[in-house]
Amino acid sequence: QGSEDPQRTALLLRKAWTLYSVTPLYRFGRGRLRDYARLLGAFIAAERQKGLAVEVGVELDIKVALSSLPELRGSEQDQPAVLVQLSSRSRASPKNSEDKILWSGCFCCVCGDDLSENMPEDFTCLPLFLANGAECYMSVVGNWFQQTFDCVFRRLAISPFNLSWMVAMWTGCKVDKAASAVELVFSVPCLPQPLDISYAIHPEDAKALWDIIQKTPGEITQEEVDVFMDCLYSHFHRHFKIRLSATKLVKVSTAIASAHCDGIVKMLHSQYLSGVLMLLTELAISQIQ
Amino acid sequence: HIATSLPLPSERDHLRPRIDLIVFVIDIKSKCSLKNVEASLAYVDAKFFLGKVYFLVTGVGRVNCCSIETNAICKLGEAYGSPVLFCELELEGVRVATAQRLLRILQICASLVPGFSALSFGLLMRNSADD
Repeated sequence: QGSEDPQRTALLLRKAWTLYSVTPLYRFGRGRLRDYARLLGAFIAAERQKGLAVEVGVELDIKVALSSLPELRGSEQDQPAVLVQLSSRSRASPKNSEDKILWSGCFCCVCGDDLSENMPEDFTCLPLFLANGAECYMSVVGNWFQQTFDCVFRRLAISPFNLSWMVAMWTGCKVDKAASAVELVFSVPCLPQPLDISYAIHPEDAKALWDIIQKTPGEITQEEVDVFMDCLYSHFHRHFKIRLSATKLVKVSTAIASAHCDGIVKMLHSQYLSGVLMLLTELAISQIQ
Repeated sequence: HIATSLPLPSERDHLRPRIDLIVFVIDIKSKCSLKNVEASLAYVDAKFFLGKVYFLVTGVGRVNCCSIETNAICKLGEAYGSPVLFCELELEGVRVATAQRLLRILQICASLVPGFSALSFGLLMRNSADD
């Protein structure tokens, strides 16, 4: 699989990433990353002159860096991930001080064969985009990529149905040290004041429950996910007389990762990073198709 | 007549008119509604399943809020030999159109439309959905 550079993929961990699906990029040249960085930098400078892409309190020169992350892929058919970083150095601070990273974005594709299979040569498939940082930068970077490579970015939301798959899958993952609780957050509809219910379960109990339910290791069926969620719901009902199945599941959190229905995820465990990205790639592809 | 679950309370049995059509409403945003419908199905007499039972699925406008897989509902429809209708009751236009549709179906099930029986119409609905 090649040498894993833990430092580089580690920058994906423990950050809140906003998810987007991206249609294939037309005539994206992997050898031209330096050129693209320069062009994007010029575009951002021009936009800032117009008063766009300006973050309050930021009076800095913005540098753009594009790099390849070959470790971030699932199979040989996948395109290696592309990382975009906007950094700044204050005009006031001394020359040798570190650049501050203002915004990061990552195009990736982990096991995206469904999409890349029949794709013509000129197109590069990187259907999943992760963004971290102020929204004003996302919109200017997104616009540049859309104009330059004729692609379309769309926010990727996660339905309660998919969130329940995620919590079931991630609960089953083996974690060495004391893991954090498995937490589910529900939003109760049709109330004059919004009400959120947070249901936290001890990770070992949750894993024990999942282990009883899962028949074949490495395989998960819809039925198993349903049984898992039903057990959690009926336990809650027994104690609190509230039917969680009538509410909307909005966020799930485990030691592996957390995911919010607005399409915001945080990946917490390096060992399962690929697995989480594979799942997110699948969601992105189904939104594109 | 609207009920939140079956069986209907027996106290009013003698006052109730003949039931010509049963529509089970499932909210795709609520797993609870599916469970409720599944539990209520057990209380329906077998003869209703000859074209007098329909499943109405609402909430399909918001695919990002769904808690139930549409496949599961289609399988339910197949298992009970009953057509599944999809709609979005939160949109007024669709609500009115759906109500008109259901009224038409009710007329057929109550044998008020010559040339159509509940059973033949139900089969027609199911076959066109499969295409």
